[in-house]
Amino acid sequence: MAETLLFNALREAVDEEMGRDETVFVIGEDVGHYGGSYKVTKGLYEKYGPLRVLDTPIAENSFTGMAVGAAMTGLRPIVEGMNMGFLLLAFNQIANNAGMLPYTSGGNYHIPMVIRGPGGVGRQLGAEHSQRLEAYFQAVPGLKIVACSTPYNAKGLLKSAIRDKNPVLFFEHVLLYNLKEDLPSDEYLVPLDKADVVRPGKDVTILTYSRMRHHVLQAVKGIEAQGFDPEVIDLISLKPIDYDTIGESIRKTHKVIIVEECMRTGGIAAEIIASINDRFFDELDAPVMRLSSQDIPTPYNGRLESLTIVQPKQIVEAVEKMMTARV
Amino acid sequence: MVQERILPTFQATSAKIDKEEGLRLYEDMVLGRYFEDKCAEMYYRGKMFGFVHLYNGQEAVSSGVIKSMRPDDFVCSTYRDHVHALSAGVPANAVMAELFGKETGCSKGRGGSMHMFSKEHNLLGGFAFIGEGIPVALGAAFQSRYRRDALGDASADQVTAAFFGDGTTNNGQFFECLNMAALWKLPILFVVENNKWAIGMAHERASSQTEIYRKASVFGMPGYEVDGMDVLAVRDVAKQAVARARAGEGPTLIECLTYRFRGHSLADPDELRSQAEKDEWQARDPLTRMEAYLIEQNLADDAELKAIKKRIEVHVEDAVKFAESSPEPSPEELHRYIFAED
Repeated sequence: MAETLLFNALREAVDEEMGRDETVFVIGEDVGHYGGSYKVTKGLYEKYGPLRVLDTPIAENSFTGMAVGAAMTGLRPIVEGMNMGFLLLAFNQIANNAGMLPYTSGGNYHIPMVIRGPGGVGRQLGAEHSQRLEAYFQAVPGLKIVACSTPYNAKGLLKSAIRDKNPVLFFEHVLLYNLKEDLPSDEYLVPLDKADVVRPGKDVTILTYSRMRHHVLQAVKGIEAQGFDPEVIDLISLKPIDYDTIGESIRKTHKVIIVEECMRTGGIAAEIIASINDRFFDELDAPVMRLSSQDIPTPYNGRLESLTIVQPKQIVEAVEKMMTARV
Repeated sequence: MVQERILPTFQATSAKIDKEEGLRLYEDMVLGRYFEDKCAEMYYRGKMFGFVHLYNGQEAVSSGVIKSMRPDDFVCSTYRDHVHALSAGVPANAVMAELFGKETGCSKGRGGSMHMFSKEHNLLGGFAFIGEGIPVALGAAFQSRYRRDALGDASADQVTAAFFGDGTTNNGQFFECLNMAALWKLPILFVVENNKWAIGMAHERASSQTEIYRKASVFGMPGYEVDGMDVLAVRDVAKQAVARARAGEGPTLIECLTYRFRGHSLADPDELRSQAEKDEWQARDPLTRMEAYLIEQNLADDAELKAIKKRIEVHVEDAVKFAESSPEPSPEELHRYIFAED
């Protein structure tokens, strides 16, 4: 066991997979000499050389497309989005080519690539650097979308993503890179498609992901103090969603609250609510409730910024409201 | 009226070609032409649908470049991709069946006219959006260099050719990829098929510098202007560029001055191009030109050329029969291929 920071857990995952498979390479802005904007690739340029840790010009759509071409011809690229928001500039390559080309080509090609980097709302980074692209990308067929939330799952998930035969959008959170955790010294993988039951409980299912997992866990004490026993599930996979785990929980609690950092309109929760209604409506004792970020560009001002995202206190209040509502 | 560009003079004698090679190029161009004429017929008869962009008039580019490459090299095309696929060796049956939307098509009927793919023939695809194929081609070229220089595989000397039109050369991906290809000395040919028109946008109305080959110089890359109606001229330049790329000397930009004899697609009323312009280019038909050359050089006689045309005509007819008699994709397989299969 070794206490490891989240960004180092990711670095270990990349390093181990590059050592294991020589077709794995990293491509992106400042991944080489600079070591990555959040130091996820620190030292790898020195270890693997300039072609396996390729510093690119600032040309997101083209270097993402280049990774698609490399993946089609047998390599396994890991694209680093210096900030995931910049991948809006690569939307075409991610959606049309990474996502749809395997299908459009009738299975001629598959695209084993990972697109990873920091997403989410940071501290006063302004609207453009505070994006939650998982909501924009969830409609693209052919993509897998994963959000890590702890050093343990970050490492195991990234290793699985690198080994996957499909394009995986891998979301890290800009405020979670310095989380610490003891990691096993032996190699381990975490499956891409399984939600994580973080805290078993019987009264209400709380679905969340990424940084909001930690807001929910902060809220748990307040919820317990009110005498309720919540089940907290970290979705991990945002596409496809693990409805087996969700269904099992709903059959136990019959109540669901979703806490997300993406905006309310067209968000991850919007999709999950629709699917829960399709699949588990008869199990529900109350309408599914969602706590989302507000539908506004993230403001710079710190106080306004904190008002746009869900705070632990709101989660406690939401649980209380749902538990005390007359059914 | 913008003055017509003067084509560079090409010394036919400089490109020695033997009978076998001459007839191979000619046959490939005839296949391209007859295949596309048949597509028009089938489209109007309601056998194929969607946007269908035909290649008539531009055959010298596809044959001149792709036939100068090896079968294990990579080809990356656009929405006007049927003939590139044929030159790359994808069977006419599989291309026609794709156009008919059949399971036996090279993309299993999932792609259509603008999305021809064949991993077996290293055809990276038909890419329907402007410019999006160039980065993908760059990735294939990077892969060759990666295998050679990062993994030490000396046999990894495959070259990639990316085809695109004049309209694409005003798109950012064109410039971004020229920069990266030159920066990393990637084995790639950027082949511009300058047919003067981006649907209805005349090239000189869209480009401040109309001579596209000159854009190579700012990246320190060789750029060539070539008569795209002359398969031997294209072949000559392509061979040099392929040799440079294979030797690790980096990319080349080739601007082929050519013309499409039909509208942008079969849905284009083609109202903007003047008859005089069309007539002028029609007179440069690359097939007629190659026929004259083969006869003049005593490489073939009229009867041999007629026999080739007859054979290709039958070959294309057979492709139609194959496509017509092929099964549709099964509805049970609607969701297949979204994700990779084990």
